[in-house]
Amino acid sequence: MAVKDAGRAARPDKRATADRAPAREPERRADSAELIQLLTPEGERVEHPDYPLEVSAAEVKALYRDLVIVRRIDFEAIALQRQGELGIWASLLGQEAAQVGSGRALGPRDMAFPTYREHGVAWCRGLDPVKLLELFRGVSHGGWDPTEHNFHLYTIVIGSQTLHATGYAMGVQRDGAVGEDGEAVIAYFGDGATSQGDVNEAFIWASVNNAPVVFFCQNNQWAISEPLERQSRTPLFLRAKGFGFPGVRVDGNDVLACLAVTRKAMQAAREGQGPTLIEAFTYRMGAHTTTDDPTRYRLSAELESWKLKDPIERVKQYLIRTQQAEMSFFDEVEAEAAAVGSRVRAACQQMPDPEPLTMFDYVMTSETAQLAAERDGFAAYLDSFAGEDAVTAQEAR
Amino acid sequence: MTTLTLSRALNEGLRKALEANPKALIMGEDVGKLGGVFRVTDGLQKDFGEARVIDTPLAESGIIGTAIGLALRGYRPICEIQFDGFIFPAFDQIVSQLAKMRYRSRGSVKLPVTIRVPFGGGIGAVEHHSESPEALFAHTPGLRVVACGDPADAYAMIQQAARSDDPVLFFEPKRRYWDKAEVDIDGGLAAALPMDTARVLADGTDVTLLCYGPMVRTCAEAAVAAASDGRSIEVIDLRSLAPLDTETIFASVRKTGRCVVVHEAVVAGGLGSEIAAQVTQECFYNLEAPVLRVGAYTTPYPPSRLEEYYLPDLDRVLDAVDRSFSY
Repeated sequence: MAVKDAGRAARPDKRATADRAPAREPERRADSAELIQLLTPEGERVEHPDYPLEVSAAEVKALYRDLVIVRRIDFEAIALQRQGELGIWASLLGQEAAQVGSGRALGPRDMAFPTYREHGVAWCRGLDPVKLLELFRGVSHGGWDPTEHNFHLYTIVIGSQTLHATGYAMGVQRDGAVGEDGEAVIAYFGDGATSQGDVNEAFIWASVNNAPVVFFCQNNQWAISEPLERQSRTPLFLRAKGFGFPGVRVDGNDVLACLAVTRKAMQAAREGQGPTLIEAFTYRMGAHTTTDDPTRYRLSAELESWKLKDPIERVKQYLIRTQQAEMSFFDEVEAEAAAVGSRVRAACQQMPDPEPLTMFDYVMTSETAQLAAERDGFAAYLDSFAGEDAVTAQEAR
Repeated sequence: MTTLTLSRALNEGLRKALEANPKALIMGEDVGKLGGVFRVTDGLQKDFGEARVIDTPLAESGIIGTAIGLALRGYRPICEIQFDGFIFPAFDQIVSQLAKMRYRSRGSVKLPVTIRVPFGGGIGAVEHHSESPEALFAHTPGLRVVACGDPADAYAMIQQAARSDDPVLFFEPKRRYWDKAEVDIDGGLAAALPMDTARVLADGTDVTLLCYGPMVRTCAEAAVAAASDGRSIEVIDLRSLAPLDTETIFASVRKTGRCVVVHEAVVAGGLGSEIAAQVTQECFYNLEAPVLRVGAYTTPYPPSRLEEYYLPDLDRVLDAVDRSFSY
């Protein structure tokens, strides 16, 4: 069933002032856009003619488990930041379904290019969440091998990775790996990134090359403090048309719809039908990062309305309503999530700082004489304090 | 030996690079059918196909960003930025991604991406077609920055760059594209000087003249002119700007006691400033005079009718050499 999104009614532009020509009435984003949905906020399963999805109880339960665990990891990370164990954290609260749905749509040979908020996708790809905490603790800049889980490094500059994903997809084409049993690439980015030149260039490159890449935009409505109206006057998914490939809008809080829509787009890409833009319509329920204060720029009523569309609660209601899960199942998932949380917490607290000299490692494939000299000089400088440390330790006693 | 222009020598070198490794690709604006605006890639698309010699959309960030993706997939892109002044839309991808991704991954990924940049002035061009932005990249850890100065180096160094597992900014002296010289295109690369070493072009005893790219010919001519005045100039083509071959530089300055650095780029904050600082630090007791720098003034590149005044030439170089003897 195709439903209309009533979540955000179009409103007149209140910012039009004398020194700024009144803008055209913004396209009625909410009313003009078809929102693909397979599971309502109340947990009712609905059908969509273009996205038939057969999922077993076991599969839905597995998705529910993912959702709960990634929310728990996020919760632990926020707490760890508050306790001074992490420098910063970018919360995914509210975006679990978009990430788990799309992440579970990927095949093992598909490649994912994340932003810095794709903790749920990382989980689905099998990356240890502790690696993510390393980055936000300041122990590494990421440091994982992208080929190990086909999950590229987090990219912090907004939108850059969409070009990397597109180039990678061009490599897939050149490897002859497009076809029924082919490979595809997914690029993650947010609503704010759609204003970046790189994202628009990636759309062009992907389009003219017919590259096997899916652009997965999590429209969480806010680019730090700026609402979508500051980024776009047209629904984001409609932009794809201008670049010459299909765009769809999916309920980003509906894990089943995100799964079905991403699966279809990835399969189309694998088979050589080129790129798709998926706009996952969701909401950033938390702050942009732990340093952000959303109360300065948005009303709490907005958050409250989105809480009614929570991505996890609707799956739970569906499982209960259809009697596909006993209450004990939910307790087990909670317990497992708590265990993952404890493990992540302990690993973070025990994570040692890197050795100072490691900052010289991996600048290039072979070390230059200059860098070697700098490393040696710095090592000697550090050694010059060795005696002082002993004295200080003695004084401390 | 074959007589080739610098442009043609690059073309032959690129052909060898494409033959040597099936993962090597060429990508850029107008590099295919047209063969590049300087004809450096002439005929390569015809021989290697559109999948390996790629005419890209007109967006420099896109060229470098997708080259990074291709490199992550195992390819070895050789990108062309059509003119020096057009590299800035790609600056973010080069500095924030290409230069840092290996470090970010703690060595898990390598990015064998070569970026060819025709650079420098002297061709009577409009704005943005005559710039020398090499110091911006030499200042960025994670990049190798080289400049060729003659056809033989052009031929060898572009192949070495293509073989490098690190990203390379490859600066080509566009006003020397049509200079001709003998190039051994049948010999292998084994005999070629490694890409990260400087070359002593002319031995001398009185002053060391350091240069690269378009200034190599200018400085070689200056050495000949100075010889008739009884001054013995040692000319060194730096070739590699990051890393610098300081061993060769210091050995020469310790011998001559005088050092003049010449480039087309703005003097302030340029490569010459870094070299002057390092030479002063390492050769302090050998110096008879401060290290002098010859280059552009701290202005944007002027309209081309003024460029002969703006660019260092034989007289400006000899003037600096004279000044280094006045201390």
